[in-house]
Amino acid sequence: MVFSYYPGCTLKTKAKDLDRYARASAEALGITLQEVENWQCCGGAFTMAADEIATKLSSVRALAASRETGLVTVCSACHNVIKQTNDAMANNEDFAFRANNYMKLDEPYHGETKVYHYLEMLRDVVGFDKIAAAVKNPLKGKKIAAYYGCLLLRPGKVMQMDNPENPKILEDFIRAIGATPVISPYRNECCGGYMATEDKAVAAKKSGTVMESAKELGADMMITACPLCLYNLTKNAPGEKLPVYYFTELLAEALGVKE
Amino acid sequence: MTPKERELKEQVLRMSGVDPLKCMRCGKCSGTCPNYDEMEYHPHQFVYMVEKGEIEKLMNSPSIFKCLSCFACIERCPRDVQPAKLVEAIRLLVIRQQGQNHLKANEIPALLDEDMPQQALVTAFRKYTK
Repeated sequence: MVFSYYPGCTLKTKAKDLDRYARASAEALGITLQEVENWQCCGGAFTMAADEIATKLSSVRALAASRETGLVTVCSACHNVIKQTNDAMANNEDFAFRANNYMKLDEPYHGETKVYHYLEMLRDVVGFDKIAAAVKNPLKGKKIAAYYGCLLLRPGKVMQMDNPENPKILEDFIRAIGATPVISPYRNECCGGYMATEDKAVAAKKSGTVMESAKELGADMMITACPLCLYNLTKNAPGEKLPVYYFTELLAEALGVKE
Repeated sequence: MTPKERELKEQVLRMSGVDPLKCMRCGKCSGTCPNYDEMEYHPHQFVYMVEKGEIEKLMNSPSIFKCLSCFACIERCPRDVQPAKLVEAIRLLVIRQQGQNHLKANEIPALLDEDMPQQALVTAFRKYTK
């Protein structure tokens, strides 16, 4: 099975592990991820203003190029921006009219492409039971706190990945690779995000709360899908820290394809 | 409300698509905002200040640069008011003016460390700069 794949800027640079373990694991599960040609950066944040068109066009281009195959994303931010843009193209006539008018595509785009986060691909296309069956090195005895952050789940009405206040997709993933999930009440609260650029103290406070909670609950490690969450948790959270991994790295390890 | 205040209010409502009259003043947006402590005006205040036409006060406040874009207030508002969209619209009113960028490219090197992901920078630019 072949899907279009949108890696995003950070997966080509600081988050290469998130990318290469995603690709290796997908191959092991019988899925080929075909990188969208000449993709452009999503911009990191979806601009909520209705009159903002230009900043959403890179997402529209990637979406329109993936009509036949569906589009898989891994980075939480790319997924959020692309999925919200797709929703606007499907449901906001004025926005879709103006974006199409500007793009002059051979065929106008109206949100037809199905967008999967890699986790949704694991759950809905492969199936967590199949993944559990394909696991060669189960991560037995490991207690893992899943950190969703903000962008995977919200706004719930648009993202439609999971219950935004009581998600379980990452916990089900953790069980599928043979480990034990640790559920922290801060798993879907913000890590401080991009504020780490101009105000490190905010990032320290927010990511510190998330890290402390996972530690108190006895986790051995944390997992995330977001390079900015990983950065804030490992770099800006104060004090002693748990190791934080991309979920794709643990998947590759469990499937026996981690080099 | 002066004509200018009315005009700015109209513009913010049109850009954001928000109807502040739906707000029942429960304060849940501010209660759930992860950056509440950093703000001079909090999310619930954005809603009623926009309703009263006090846009310029908000435009002049550093609070417009404190929204983390985490969508918590949007998700958790029981009346679907979506306060973050007001913060976003007012910030855009400011940075779309010439010379009003909040973050300039030549300030970036001093903010960097070796692990900072590109995602942090592109997001900051999107939020702070036109």
